[in-house]
Amino acid sequence: MAIEKSYAEINAKIKEGKAVVVTAEELISIVEEKGVEKATEEVDVVTTGTFAPMCSSGVFLNLGHTTPKIKMHKVWLNNVPAYGGIAAVDAYLGATALPDDDPLNSNYPGEFKYGGGHVIEDLVARRPVRLRAQGYGTDCYPRREIETNITLDDINEAILFNPRNAYQSYNCGVNLTSRTVYTYLGMLKPNLGNAHYSTSGQLSPLLKDPDFSTIGVGTRIFLGGGIGYVVWNGTQHFPEYFLTGDNGEQKGPAGGTLSVLGDLKQMKPEWLVGTSYLGYGATLSVGIGVPIPILNEQICRNAAVKDEDLYAPVIDYGEAYPNAKPGYIRLASYAELKSGKIIVNGKEVPTAPLSSYPRARKIAALLKEWINTGEFTLGEPSQLLPSAAEGLKGKPLKG
Amino acid sequence: MSPKRIVLRFDATIADQPIIYRLVSDYGLVVNILKANVNPQKEGTMVMEITGEKNKEGLEYLRQQGVQVHTLTENITRNEKHCTSCGACTAICPSGALYLERPSMDVHFDSDQCVVCHLCTKICPVKAMEVRF
Repeated sequence: MAIEKSYAEINAKIKEGKAVVVTAEELISIVEEKGVEKATEEVDVVTTGTFAPMCSSGVFLNLGHTTPKIKMHKVWLNNVPAYGGIAAVDAYLGATALPDDDPLNSNYPGEFKYGGGHVIEDLVARRPVRLRAQGYGTDCYPRREIETNITLDDINEAILFNPRNAYQSYNCGVNLTSRTVYTYLGMLKPNLGNAHYSTSGQLSPLLKDPDFSTIGVGTRIFLGGGIGYVVWNGTQHFPEYFLTGDNGEQKGPAGGTLSVLGDLKQMKPEWLVGTSYLGYGATLSVGIGVPIPILNEQICRNAAVKDEDLYAPVIDYGEAYPNAKPGYIRLASYAELKSGKIIVNGKEVPTAPLSSYPRARKIAALLKEWINTGEFTLGEPSQLLPSAAEGLKGKPLKG
Repeated sequence: MSPKRIVLRFDATIADQPIIYRLVSDYGLVVNILKANVNPQKEGTMVMEITGEKNKEGLEYLRQQGVQVHTLTENITRNEKHCTSCGACTAICPSGALYLERPSMDVHFDSDQCVVCHLCTKICPVKAMEVRF
């Protein structure tokens, strides 16, 4: 009889300290050795991990009321502007925000040494951050300005809310032009000088639950070293499978994203790192780990897929990407990408990741440890995220 | 006279010029090349020792040819605390000093291979590569 487990059963086992928890890497060996059926029977939870720059990240802050009170219309943290267009002392600081006086790309390629992501890292590291705010003065909020130091512990709330994280399978960027390009995939040398990818492959959360059979609103996750939640699908969540050859053979999932939230005060600077891309901008590297409950054989089979069977589309960031030309040059498996070289248009091209595999592995191990100690149980989703079957597609913006 | 250690960086337009030969023949310098690298785009980096009375004139000649000349008084170090082992530097580093160990995918830095080209200090996303004087 086919094995079926429930969240309640698995959580009961976690609380008793009897759940069998393995990382996605470990599951691969278990399935190879014992087969899917036996693995499904034995394993309760598989842990995944990813650590990479995720630009659609930021933090909602409640800075606390001053005496007299101020309605913060404009807000800066360490000179980086935050969005003040919400309630009086609330603000949203985005990871890619830059100081008003940053030279940007006027001295190309710009360095983007300090931005919103770096402020978030400073806050999490409990370093003091300079807050500057202006108000326009109202009868209930008469104060016009404030400048003071804050720390994460001084303020009321700091809620990390990232509208798009943990891309299922990101593009592998190359450059077919004859000039160096500076992109969010790093520096891409001319004439296929290098190829950069940014997914942890067989450890990556959304590659291990490709059909969103377990991940949904309310899934409890490792976020930035603390506990967070999947709160919705991410923006641009357009899950699909690559179709190849004349018969439309289905290869590797891509396109899914997560919207995640968690209490910044619990998080750690090791897992939220301010990041700069030469010629591109500032961002935040985020550590995310998602536990996948092994409810049935199909979920187990999907979670055991290896780098050899997971793919990234190789895309030209010199000309095709900036001009929104559809398609890709080829698909490259994560096994090939991790080998250090791929063949593109007949040329051997050195590859490099932007996503830290050692840190992804550490996240999967930490999450496994949390579950093993019984301090972290599974959050049963209130609703699952849309899968490839729903056929969501991106709409272009006209103009 | 003790030798002077210098770093030369040149672009593709002069990679095929016999500039080192000129240093020897026209300026009478003793040249000892310590490291040299020309990447597939024909940009080159060279670290060498030069000895000779006309070394100032020789270096001026190099600059006129469009070669960037730096004194090798600096070296590159990796701040292990900052490095996240992302790997972004490994296909950029021209000398292979920064490389991925497989299958762990940990980034390693072999300072003996480093030609002090400074590229990593610019492109490291978390600014883990530092210049030491």
